[in-house]
Amino acid sequence: MKYRKLTAVAAVGALLLAGCSGAKSDAGEADTAASAGSKGTVNLAVNPWVGYEADAAVVAYLLEHELGYTVNKKDLKEETSWQGFETGEVDAILENWGHEDLKKKYIEEKKVAVEAGPSGNVGTIGWYVPQWMVDQYPDITDWNNLNKYADLFKTSESGGKGQLLDGDPSYVTNDEALVTNLKLNYKVVYAGSEAALIKAAQQATAQKKPLLFYFYEPQWLFSQEKYVRVKLPAYTDGCDADAKKIACDYPDYTLDKVVSQKFADTGGAAYELIKNFTWTNDDQNLVSDYITNQGMDDEKAAEKWVKEHESTWKPWIPAGS
Amino acid sequence: MTVAAARPAGPAGGTTARRVATGLFSVRTVGIALVVATVVAYLCFRTTAAADSSDAAAFRFFTGVRDWVDANRDTNPIFLFGVNYLRLGVKLLTDAVASGLTGLGFGGLVAVAGAIGFVLGGWRSGLLALAGFLGFGLLGLWDESVETLSLTISAVLIAVLFGVPIGVLAARVRWVGAVLRPLLDVMQILPTFAYLAPMTLLFLIGSPAAVVVTLIYAIPVTIRITELGIGGVPATTIEAAEAQGSTTWQVLTKVRLPMARPTLVLAVNQTIMMALAMVAITALIDGPGLGVNILRALERVNVGAAFDAGVAIVLMAIVLDRVTSAAAKRRRTDWRIAAPVVIAALITAIVGINPTLPEWSFAEPVNDLTHWVEINWYDGTEWLKNTATTILLNPLENVLTTTPWWLFTLVVLAFGMLFAGWRAALIAGACAAGLTGLGLYQHAMQTLANVLVATVLTLLAGITGGVLCARHDRLATVVRPVLDAAQTMPSFVYLLPAVALFGATRFTAIVAAVIFAVPPVVRLVERGVRDVPATVVEAALSAGSTPRQLLWKVQLPMARGGLLLAANQGIVMVLSMVVVGGLVGAGALGYDVVAGFSQHEDFGKGLAAGFAIVLLGVLLDRLTQGFHRAAGRGSS
Repeated sequence: MKYRKLTAVAAVGALLLAGCSGAKSDAGEADTAASAGSKGTVNLAVNPWVGYEADAAVVAYLLEHELGYTVNKKDLKEETSWQGFETGEVDAILENWGHEDLKKKYIEEKKVAVEAGPSGNVGTIGWYVPQWMVDQYPDITDWNNLNKYADLFKTSESGGKGQLLDGDPSYVTNDEALVTNLKLNYKVVYAGSEAALIKAAQQATAQKKPLLFYFYEPQWLFSQEKYVRVKLPAYTDGCDADAKKIACDYPDYTLDKVVSQKFADTGGAAYELIKNFTWTNDDQNLVSDYITNQGMDDEKAAEKWVKEHESTWKPWIPAGS
Repeated sequence: MTVAAARPAGPAGGTTARRVATGLFSVRTVGIALVVATVVAYLCFRTTAAADSSDAAAFRFFTGVRDWVDANRDTNPIFLFGVNYLRLGVKLLTDAVASGLTGLGFGGLVAVAGAIGFVLGGWRSGLLALAGFLGFGLLGLWDESVETLSLTISAVLIAVLFGVPIGVLAARVRWVGAVLRPLLDVMQILPTFAYLAPMTLLFLIGSPAAVVVTLIYAIPVTIRITELGIGGVPATTIEAAEAQGSTTWQVLTKVRLPMARPTLVLAVNQTIMMALAMVAITALIDGPGLGVNILRALERVNVGAAFDAGVAIVLMAIVLDRVTSAAAKRRRTDWRIAAPVVIAALITAIVGINPTLPEWSFAEPVNDLTHWVEINWYDGTEWLKNTATTILLNPLENVLTTTPWWLFTLVVLAFGMLFAGWRAALIAGACAAGLTGLGLYQHAMQTLANVLVATVLTLLAGITGGVLCARHDRLATVVRPVLDAAQTMPSFVYLLPAVALFGATRFTAIVAAVIFAVPPVVRLVERGVRDVPATVVEAALSAGSTPRQLLWKVQLPMARGGLLLAANQGIVMVLSMVVVGGLVGAGALGYDVVAGFSQHEDFGKGLAAGFAIVLLGVLLDRLTQGFHRAAGRGSS
């Protein structure tokens, strides 16, 4: 409430100031550090997959309970999150998958964002089939043989071709280009979300239905059920330079954190903590599992993990706070 | 929807073409000849349905626009002194409204809402407002509800502030009205989804952008209804005032506005309803509130969580609707009773009485039910989905996508000429050609196939429901409040039951569209059938018609105008929902729009898809509205 009033005051000030030189696109956003009450507010973007949610849950928990900040979590798609750096709506992205084009635009050209180091997670993206298919068709894990099996993967949505099931339209994917350039008789169909993708995968395992799907690690599902990655032509440096001509597998992604320039300058201890934050895929999968399968909400899952892993997170807390 | 009723029927161009056609052959003969010609032409010229290029000139153009805007946002005077100021102004207003509402605190806001309800609409409205606002707290969605409420109030404030004067102007100055009419037409057909990308380009993300988007969706209604109200003041009254020496200003402020008061309140009421329907969707561009809960639930396929948020929005809609429509009817407030109530509410706010409420959530039972349905109905829903897709959707999509674009354009032109008049035909034909110009012909045809299948299902369900309601009064009284609630649900709430039943497919979007569009169709059909004069019905009955004959030979033919209006409304609503289905695997244009604001390199395509949706909407609207007008003339 106090914060709101201050924002309004600050915004009026910004309006007056802006009167001389026109309004910049971030006019009206109060400085993070200037707000009273708590030590400040941190706006975390939360992208739509549970692994990211796990990152955000733990970081938010530590910011609130260890450092005394207020945290605003904003459910945003990847691209929209980057736009948020420009408007001041977003202070930090905790799990960024590559996005070299966005880095160029927002970090190098507009200078509204800066990198804040790797999150410790290693990301892989690939095409997967359920284990039972590999048992039955051992050579299915080579992309050269995919056309042979295209009929198996036909669905009502794939228009006579095999179906390759992708996730959320906002995810990092080269699949449409891959299908074209590898001359595969397949059609990319979007499930719409991680949850829908997982549901399809679980059904494929439980009911022995054929399924070829886009998936990624870190991911809790792999600890419960077995899925096998299909080998695509090996990734070589620069083979993904032209998005339309890609005909090679996905690289391994060193997932990293990106924060807004303003947050890096004025974010104080909160910025330090986010910069220090780094954990393993297993850590993330554990928290994701709490959230997805053990009926805990973000807060409870983070609390449980924080209680049990003090040695992991203690070094993230900046000295003197 | 009152919206449809508010769209005035313009001059019908249909009659001339019909007369020309009927002069030589009957319309039916020409129609049959056209169908035959179309089939022959299709068989001769059908294509292989080559996929749309991912690099059309239009996409590159829009990407260029985006890059320019991005590069110049903080340097170009249009942005520095125009757009960015608008954004800042809207932001200030939204922040002020939000801090006002949160400042009252839980108890305070509930009490004030109750008091406002009481003052405007009497004790019934007051109690309803009290109960509704308590409901937000009971659902555990208080903060989100207040955020949604403040976005809605901000958008409605601006809409009324600008919409009412514009409406007055449109009613008083003929050319303003003439210029505005087609613009408002397009704004009302625009599916909500198509706005988002261009608006984020100008206004970025966050609550200001959300308010602007909501505003654009809602303001046509404000303008239209105000125009109707001011235009509807009897000329004799005006003359009387003028004869007594009133100036133009006096006539406006002392006669026209006061006399149009009930209509103006209706304008506010409808603006609120429109804003509420849109405001949840702005969660896609970082608009806060209940929409975020619904979107998150959609991403996690958690029907129960979305149900709670949906209930909160319906509660809000009911409260705002009842309070404003009661205000339209009520004449005077007795301040001897009202004053203490207001004071009591203010005291509650100042003292800050914030009782802790028990929380009640529908999430678990709803999720259990969904889970049960998923397990037990799986074979049935799977069968239904696959059958409908293979028998209906795939063949239709196949025909549409393999039709060459010029043939499609010609067919639209020809049938438009024949049934809807040359003016509507030219507009529709231009839209059809424009789809190709945007480089999205194939995707547009896929979307069209979804729309047509959904429209057929909607009309089947809607006409059955409407006829039943018209014939059974008791059924109608039971159904009416359900329809009321259904119409205020934000469109993408309907995706959830569909997703739970059918997974992420095109059929899912169709089902959601049918659920979304059936209520207004039922309503329009019911009205159409009920409006058949009692004397005609009696005459038919006394001539010995059975109830079935009465329906098929008398009531339905005579209600043709109403049925066609229902078809027009249904098709426009279906389009807007099918497009939102892009979120759950419906593909085509809706998917392009989603991808456009979530993938950097797809922006141009997404924006082009937004425009393609607009063209498709105008095309369908012109054709069906033309049919409606032509038929209206024909039967009178």
